[in-house]
Amino acid sequence: MKHFMRFSKISKAFKEVPSQYVYQINPIKNFEPIKQFRVIDLEGNLIAKEYNNIPKETLNQIFDLMISIEEMDNILYMSQRQGKISFYMTSFGETATTVGTTAALQPQDFIFPQYREQGSFMWRGFTIEQIVNQCIGNHLDGGKGRQMPVHYGSKDLNIVTVSSPLTTQVPQASGAGYGFRVNGENKIAATWFGEGAASEGDFHSAMNFAQTLKCQTLFLCRNNHYAISTPTDDQFRGDTIAGKAPAYGMRTLKIDGNDLLAVYNGVKYAREEIIKNKEPFFIEFITYRIGDHSTSDHSVLYRSQEEIDSWKSGNNPINRLGLFLKKQGLRQFNDEHDNQIRKDVRNRVIAALKNGSEQQSPSIQDLFTDVYDEVLPHLQDQYTQLREHLTKYKDQYPINKFKGGL
Amino acid sequence: MYRNLLKLRYAYQPQTSQLTPIKMTVREAINLAMDEELANDPNVFLIGEEVGQFQGAYKVSKGLFQKYGGDRIIDTPITEAGFTGISVGAALYGLKPIVEFMTWNFAMQAIDHIINSAAKAHYMSAGDQKASIVFRGINGATAYVAAQHSQCFASWYSNVPGLIVLAPYDCDDAKSLLKAAVRNPNPVVFLENEILYSESFELSAEARDPNYIAPIGKAKIMRKGEHVTIVAFSKMVEYSLRAAEQLFREGISCEVINLRSLRPLDRDTIIESVKKTGRVVCVEEGWPQSGIGAEIAALIMEGGAFKYLDAPIQRVTGVEIPTPYAFNLEAITFPKTEQIVDAVLNVLKGAR
Repeated sequence: MKHFMRFSKISKAFKEVPSQYVYQINPIKNFEPIKQFRVIDLEGNLIAKEYNNIPKETLNQIFDLMISIEEMDNILYMSQRQGKISFYMTSFGETATTVGTTAALQPQDFIFPQYREQGSFMWRGFTIEQIVNQCIGNHLDGGKGRQMPVHYGSKDLNIVTVSSPLTTQVPQASGAGYGFRVNGENKIAATWFGEGAASEGDFHSAMNFAQTLKCQTLFLCRNNHYAISTPTDDQFRGDTIAGKAPAYGMRTLKIDGNDLLAVYNGVKYAREEIIKNKEPFFIEFITYRIGDHSTSDHSVLYRSQEEIDSWKSGNNPINRLGLFLKKQGLRQFNDEHDNQIRKDVRNRVIAALKNGSEQQSPSIQDLFTDVYDEVLPHLQDQYTQLREHLTKYKDQYPINKFKGGL
Repeated sequence: MYRNLLKLRYAYQPQTSQLTPIKMTVREAINLAMDEELANDPNVFLIGEEVGQFQGAYKVSKGLFQKYGGDRIIDTPITEAGFTGISVGAALYGLKPIVEFMTWNFAMQAIDHIINSAAKAHYMSAGDQKASIVFRGINGATAYVAAQHSQCFASWYSNVPGLIVLAPYDCDDAKSLLKAAVRNPNPVVFLENEILYSESFELSAEARDPNYIAPIGKAKIMRKGEHVTIVAFSKMVEYSLRAAEQLFREGISCEVINLRSLRPLDRDTIIESVKKTGRVVCVEEGWPQSGIGAEIAALIMEGGAFKYLDAPIQRVTGVEIPTPYAFNLEAITFPKTEQIVDAVLNVLKGAR
C-alpha cells in the first residue's frame, strides 16, 4: 500500500455560497408524485409509438410464457390444497413485470429474486419439471431437497437462490454490482423485492451503498399493493417506494407494471444507463397481486372480491398484451392455439407432479454433505450413529424411499 | 441466589371451588393469557406483523384487535429491527409491550435490540432503566419449512444474563407462564412451538384463575420415576412422555422433567432427580454443541450430583445440520420417541 492516508478529493473547508440560504421557514412536503411510464393503454391500444420496437418473436414468446405461468400457478396452487406439495406462491397479475424485465436483461446479468419471480426463472430456461421437483423435494431437485417450495436457484442461469428472510438479497445485489464495476464487467446485478420488503432496514443500507459506492445494480420493486394482508397505506407514507430513491441520489423510474412494453423498454433503458454511467438505477413497477400471498393465505378475508376483480378484468397484463398483439397483427396464432398452449402446460405440470411424487427422496448421506466444504469428523460420527439407528429400527422408517437406501 | 434476583409475584389466592378444568389448544391458552393481561393493565400492548386485523399469522391473537382496537394491538410494517427497537423504547418509557415475531428465526434481524438494548439495560443503567418487555414467537421445528424457519434459539438466548427465557409445553404452562412473563419487570424471551399450538390439553382449575401466574425458574415433574431422569422442554416433553410410557411397559420407570424455564434453570429439581435415579437423558430439538443438554451435563457435574451418577449423561439432539426441507430427510433430523427410548436403554446398559 503506497498511501497511508487518503484525503477526500472534495474539500470540506467552509465556503460561503449565498444562494443556498433562505430567510423564511418553508418546510418541504408533498413532492410531486412520480408518474407511471406507459406505452399501451388498458385496451392494448398503442399510445407511445416510439416504444413499439420489441421484435415480434420476442413478444410472442413473452405472451406464451405469461399464459403458461398462469396455468402452472393454478395447478400448483391446487396441488397444495390436495396435499401433493406443502406450500406454493403464485404470481397472478405480475408476470409482465418478471418476464418483461428478464427478457430485457442480458443472460450474464445476475438476478437476486425475492420469491414471486417464476417469470424470471422460466424466461431464462428453468423448466416446469425443475420447479415441480423442487416443490416436492425429491432427489431430482437441484437443491437436493434442502429448501422449502419456491426457493429455486440456478448457477447456470445466473439467478441467486431464493432466501426466506426478506430483503437480505438487496444489499447482496449492491455488493455484486460493486464487484462488476470494479472488474469492469458488462454485467449488472438486478434485484427484486416487494413494496413491503422495502420497509426493512436492509433496503436503506443497500440503496445508500449502491449510489455512494457506485454499484452496477438495478433495483426492481414490485409494488403489488399488499404484503400478506398489510395494504400499502399501513406499510409506508410518501410517494410509494420510487419516491424514496431520488433521496439517495439515484435515477428513478416508476412504470405501469401491467404494461409489458413499458416494462421491457424501461428495463432496457435502465440497463444501458447503468453500464454507461456505472451507477445504479431504481425502477418501481405498479402492479397488483391478484392471487393470495401464498397457500397459507386466504385474501378475501381482508380485501373484497370486487377489488380483486377490478384489476383482474380492468387492468390485467395478459389481457392488455394479448389485445395489443391482436390489434397490431403481431399474434401469429388464434385463441384456439392459445387454449392448446394452456392445455399442454396443464398436462405437463400434472405429469411432472405425478412423476415427481413417485421419485425417491434425496439420499441419507446428503443429510450431512454441504454443511461445510467437506464432511467433517463429527458429522461423519453422527452419520454412523444415524445409520446404526436406522438399521436397528428399519421397519419403522421408509428406507426404500431414500435414494441409495441405507 | 437466582431467585433473589427475580421479583416473584404470587398474586394468586386459591379460588378453585368455582373453576373447573377445561380442554383447549395451546393457541387458545396463549390467546387467553394475552386477553387477560391486556384487560388487567392498560400499559400492555401487542405489536408485530399481521397481529391485528389479520388475527395473527398463526391466529394466536384472534379476536384481540376487535376487542382492544388498533392502539393496543399494533400492526407494523415489515421490519423486525424497527418494531423491536420501537418496543424496547416503549418499555424503557414504562409501557409493557408484547412483541410477536412471526418466527424466532426472523428475530435475528432484531437481536441487537433484544440483547444490547433490552437484556443489558437494567445493569448498564445501574437500575435506572427497566426494560419490562416480552418477546414471543414460534421456535424450533415447524414441519416442512426448512433451514431458515426451523432453528431452535433456546441455547442462544438462555446464554444471556439479564434475560429470562421460558419454553412452555402444555396449556397450563403457556397461559400461566406468559402471564408471569408480562408481569415480570425483566425482559422475557418466550419460546413457543407451532406444532403445539394446535394440540389440546386440559387447562387446570388453578391455571384458569385470571390471577394465577406460574413461578419463573421452576421446572415441572410431569411423571415420577425411579430408574432414569429425562430432561426436556417444549415439544420434546411430548416425545419424552411417550418414551416413558413405552419403557414402563418394559419395566423401566422414567422421571420426566419439563424444564419450562431455560433461564434461570431449575438446578435444584434436576439435581434432586439425578440423586434419586443416577442416570440422565437430556432431550432437545436444537444442535448438540453448546446446547441446553451441554449446560445440564455441566451443572450436574458441578452441582454435587456427580457422585450419584451411575452412567455418563446421554444427550438426544437434532442432527447438526441446517434443517433440510425434503419430507423424509426432515423426518430423521429431529428427535422422536424412538431416539429417546434408545438413549434411555443406552444409559441403562450394564444396569440389568
